[in-house]
Amino acid sequence: MSDTRPVRSVILRFALRIWVVVLSFAVVQGGWAWHEQWRLGLVVTGMSDQLSWGLYIGQFVFLVGVAASAVVLVIPAYWLGIHACRSAVVIGEALSVTAVSMALMFVWVDLGQPLRVWHALPWLGTPNFPASIMAWDLLVLTAYLGVNVGLLIGHGRGHRKSAPLSRHRLFWFVVATLLGLSIHTVTAFLLAGLPARPMWNTGLLAPRFIASALVSGCAWLLVTGWILAKVGTWRMPEAAGRLLTGVMTGALVIYLFMGISEWFVLFYHPTAHGHGAGMLYLGWEGKSGLTLWMIGSVGVQGMAAMVLVVRPWRRRPGVVLGMAMLLFVALFVEKGVGLIVPGLQPTPLGEWVAYRPTVVELRIAAAIWAGGLLLFTGLLRLLCHPVPREPECGSASTDGRCAPPRGPE
Amino acid sequence: MSQTPETLLDPSRRRWLQGAGVAVTTVSAAPLMALADPEGAVADTLETLLQTHYRRMSRTEIQEVLHRIERRAEREHGVRIRCQDPPPVTGVRFGFAVNLSKCKGLRHCVTACRQENNVSMQGSGNVRVLAMPPGVRTLESGEVEYDAHTPMPPGSWFLPVQCQQCADPACVRACPVEATWREPDGIVVIDYDWCIGCRYCAAACPYWARRFNWQKPHLSAAHITPETSYLGNRPRPVGVMEKCTWCIQRTRQGRMPACQEACPSGARIFGDLLDPGGELRHILEHKTIFRLKEELHTDPQTWYFTDV
Repeated sequence: MSDTRPVRSVILRFALRIWVVVLSFAVVQGGWAWHEQWRLGLVVTGMSDQLSWGLYIGQFVFLVGVAASAVVLVIPAYWLGIHACRSAVVIGEALSVTAVSMALMFVWVDLGQPLRVWHALPWLGTPNFPASIMAWDLLVLTAYLGVNVGLLIGHGRGHRKSAPLSRHRLFWFVVATLLGLSIHTVTAFLLAGLPARPMWNTGLLAPRFIASALVSGCAWLLVTGWILAKVGTWRMPEAAGRLLTGVMTGALVIYLFMGISEWFVLFYHPTAHGHGAGMLYLGWEGKSGLTLWMIGSVGVQGMAAMVLVVRPWRRRPGVVLGMAMLLFVALFVEKGVGLIVPGLQPTPLGEWVAYRPTVVELRIAAAIWAGGLLLFTGLLRLLCHPVPREPECGSASTDGRCAPPRGPE
Repeated sequence: MSQTPETLLDPSRRRWLQGAGVAVTTVSAAPLMALADPEGAVADTLETLLQTHYRRMSRTEIQEVLHRIERRAEREHGVRIRCQDPPPVTGVRFGFAVNLSKCKGLRHCVTACRQENNVSMQGSGNVRVLAMPPGVRTLESGEVEYDAHTPMPPGSWFLPVQCQQCADPACVRACPVEATWREPDGIVVIDYDWCIGCRYCAAACPYWARRFNWQKPHLSAAHITPETSYLGNRPRPVGVMEKCTWCIQRTRQGRMPACQEACPSGARIFGDLLDPGGELRHILEHKTIFRLKEELHTDPQTWYFTDV
């Protein structure tokens, strides 16, 4: 192993170790917090009958989005034949596996009876097919996880052998892409299918979800690419980087446009539909502590869109990286925190209840994130081979990894 | 159960589950348990964990489960209860009506419901009475925390809300594991031993009629109602949903729901919709009625009317 790795300073290895130790510690402390929740019940969270979902489900929705968008590289790499993207696909797939695992964990810790999950399994349990969107969601999420794990294993092998893409694998890539779209669509339907909750009950929810997911997923991949380049283990092909930036920008503009349409309907002639949203963005009657965060999030999105649509700026790696980080945080706030609580407020009988995640809740959430990052780090270590011994990445190469960028633009 | 859909009763599946349950219990646990678990608490917990869906169980299996529930109540709450499973009466479909002219907002229904249904002292309770401002009927404008002894502004009125027992319930559609369903007599019930506690039904209900057991129910042994039923008022486990069942443990045996009995002004009418001479039919035929949020097409089986 070490001889193929470029000689890197001891500091980097040390940093990696610290990173792993810190994350492991975060996982362990979260396990302890979860034990409290298990012993005493979900009463240790900030949730209540009036506000029956909170941080966990918000994180679930956000992460499903991240997972869904990881397939964004598959389409250009294999369908459009942009070979340079192929080596980046593996990172996308590692991200899918990570994000879906985290999403499933967030659902699981939200359950009142976590040992009864087997009730949702076909044959053994009684999944409510086809009526319950939750049952659909569990199905597509599990399937997506399975397909991506399979592809990742195949990718690891194919990478080494420089094998051309078989029809068989192409088929599974198509399946993964479709599942990627469907996991986030179904998650949106889960909320949009509830007429009891007017803020979610809109046909725009699913397209908005997909758009925001593309933004946050591409942002994550760009940041990962930058870190890996810094660490020196792997270099994102230029075409892949450009493609990700382009998709991120386009999706962001579309997302903002759909947001504006939603806000128009919500605020021009406010109906029951607008209650939660009003609370979210305007803090009606002082009902939300989220207002500043939400306005900040929208502000960042608008600013990033204005910066990224300017092509010379979009070409500067520093700018792109900064925007990607900001956007990831902004969408994390908007979807991971802001979507669920206002959707449940007020209750159908008009009660408003403040929600503040408890320490236990935050610790468990932190542990799941840490576990996900550990998994992601591990997968990258396993699958991302160090920069190849050929000195110039740009000369022709059989496996396409180092083929010259041929992307659009 | 005679009304059980065939898909749920697939005998091979049931036998497999039974086999698995028995195997796991005997092989791995039984010898140790005789020593370590003289009260049978661990064995009961394990068996509950492996228990199958209510509608997949045979009558004998249900009997075993009922005994287990009784044992657990004695162990956990220190009280002897009787747990039964009265089947729905054929040819009966229940309905509810509320006479808004008579409701004075005294909330005797709220207290009686908690008492009868062994609702945890920390629980929100399954009946809500909203104090409505004059001239308004939007549910969101109701006030829950009103003081019954302070006079309300003229024109105010009271609106009691609980599970509307919809004929096409959004909660049943939402449940990922079929842990909630509508019984043939029209009551929407929950299998507390099957619910996984995801609370999707709570998000789906347009009437905010579903409650979660955020912690192990706190019940005082002195105040527990000992006559219970599987789908009704038996003490609930932690981490599962509960709801109004129109006091299924009473009404399936010919009694009235606790809220109906407790109402001092007689605002609540409960009965059989299929009984042509019944009071409910009379109300539906002679009064101007309305239902809550009819536009959502859940077909609630609770009607509201006034005397004027």
